[in-house]
Amino acid sequence: MSLSDKDRIFTNLYGFQSWHLDAARVRGDWDDTAGLMARGQDALIDTVKASGLRGRGGAGFPTGTKWSFMPKEPKPDRPNFLVINADESEPGSCKDREIIRHDPHKLIEGALIAGFAMRARAAYIYIRGEYIREAEVLFAAIAEAYDAGLIGKNACGSGYDFDVFCHRGAGAYICGEETAMLESLEGKKGQPRLKPPFPAGAGLYGCPTTVNNVESIAVVPTILRRGADWFSSFGAEGNRGTKLFQISGHVDKPCVVEEAMSIPFRELIEKHCGGIRGGWDNLLAVIPGGSSVPLVPAKDIIDAPMDFDGLKAVGSGLGTAAIIVMDKSTDIVRAISRLSYFYKHESCGQCTPCREGTGWMWRVMERMRTGDADISEIDTLHQVTKQVEGHSICALGDAAAWPIQGLIKHFRPEMERRINERGANTAPMMEAAE
Amino acid sequence: MADAPTIPDEAETRARWGSFAWNDDNQKKANEILSRYPAGREQSASIPFLDLAQRQVGAETQTQGWLPVPVIEFVARQIGVPYMRVYEVATFYTMFNLAPVGRYHVQVCGTTPCMLAGSDDVFAACKNRGLVKGATTPDGLFTLTEVECLGTCANAPMVQINDDNYEDLDYDRTAAVLDALAKGEHPAPGSTIGRQTSCPEGGPTTLTAMVGENHDYRGEWA
Repeated sequence: MSLSDKDRIFTNLYGFQSWHLDAARVRGDWDDTAGLMARGQDALIDTVKASGLRGRGGAGFPTGTKWSFMPKEPKPDRPNFLVINADESEPGSCKDREIIRHDPHKLIEGALIAGFAMRARAAYIYIRGEYIREAEVLFAAIAEAYDAGLIGKNACGSGYDFDVFCHRGAGAYICGEETAMLESLEGKKGQPRLKPPFPAGAGLYGCPTTVNNVESIAVVPTILRRGADWFSSFGAEGNRGTKLFQISGHVDKPCVVEEAMSIPFRELIEKHCGGIRGGWDNLLAVIPGGSSVPLVPAKDIIDAPMDFDGLKAVGSGLGTAAIIVMDKSTDIVRAISRLSYFYKHESCGQCTPCREGTGWMWRVMERMRTGDADISEIDTLHQVTKQVEGHSICALGDAAAWPIQGLIKHFRPEMERRINERGANTAPMMEAAE
Repeated sequence: MADAPTIPDEAETRARWGSFAWNDDNQKKANEILSRYPAGREQSASIPFLDLAQRQVGAETQTQGWLPVPVIEFVARQIGVPYMRVYEVATFYTMFNLAPVGRYHVQVCGTTPCMLAGSDDVFAACKNRGLVKGATTPDGLFTLTEVECLGTCANAPMVQINDDNYEDLDYDRTAAVLDALAKGEHPAPGSTIGRQTSCPEGGPTTLTAMVGENHDYRGEWA
């Protein structure tokens, strides 16, 4: 049973039609928003909880539960804030971009409803700096919503005052981490904060704050209109709903597409991407959730359900559902080494294991790529990834370690082959060489 | 860092940029930016102000723009924080240029999804047209930078040139974009193979009713 068009939330995903307010209204956005809000804050949160919506930014935390952590009676000098994470920088991810440039009113309406449900005073949408044209659309869409009285004072005639602001970043992957994003919004370097205190206690400007992904917020109005039962009728238990999948790499037709959660990998690729380049026998491995999750070899992924639990069962994760497909022509060691370079480039430099470890891991990975190494260094590399993992304030250290661990787990023979072909006679690298 | 940009001579920079201030348009924009943040939280404007300042420098020098030290000092004064608080922001975020760049800042994505789709060919085309990574061409037209994932992975490989993306590239199409820019033309941004955004090539597999009309699916809701 596959998802039919009437059950897709992002109907203007490809931008065939206008993103402007009048066109968005024809598609059903901003339809009696005040009526949805009149159900009351607790009822809204309960509906989102019942829908089974899990955060779409990677961690998969239940969205309704997250909202319920916010203070029920905010103090006048410490208002609640909603921060929407549009800092889409995870290699492989390109879904929030499509929402922002083609369906921005779904996001703004969602911001109002979510902000109302968590009793927030305003929403800040933090969009990555490189989304220049996308931010232009978002600014214009927010202005349209203000002009139509949909946000601002007495938003939608509901009697609730709510502002939506857009804030552009300036190029830093780490600002996708929620506390780094708050630092950046406050005008500082994007270096993650120690937790606790958690943002729901002390977030933006020291006020209670919830940070949600763009997709998590943008699906909320449709869930409320169609009901929790409708949303939870898709996907496996604990992995409910529809999801934007982004497929890149070696498929015939890379694309972004909305599908039901838990769709098997093979069905997703066959239906929307025209199959694997060179056929299914040519599939080598897949990174199923953006660069931070370990790769999965072909035989394990082909029939795996694409959801949080199904991918955990094959030793990886759904992440942002950014699927990077690699066929047998791929230099797999180089592909992972390039990710190591990415994490070296993006480490904020705050925690020593990550700052030093990402550079060290990349340099060793480059030698693994050429085979200019000793067999024993594979174990040393694995040991270092274990020393970086779990020893930093945020998850960037973990994210840098996991792809390498996945490579060693599944492609150790390939790494050994390169070393042996080169002679395997170079001296082992000194551990504290840097 | 070995690949850190060479920051130009301070005395020359001060002579040229010491009296930097917003032009009339940007003063209006700056006021609007400040209004987004609560009173007493003007520091939040550091990133938008640096971006605005870099754009103004760009407009005055016919390049993508950069951030001379006196301009960073100006931004610090505008939001009432010490110079260092803004300087550390300017150095932390990759979109701020600490040294002058060319008319077109060619930012090629080299991260794995683009690499798999052929970003090596994009770099080869840049090299063939005389672009060198981390440097500006002698005519001041192009600066080439390898950047990390720009979030366009379903349309890989891609390049961002100033404010526009060019997607679905290969060697020839990259060279064509560069040649057009060199001739002073403005090639149409987006997919270079005529694809509709991130829709599968050859037409959508879903939501086909949206292609021809702004379809309202609510009538089909059960």
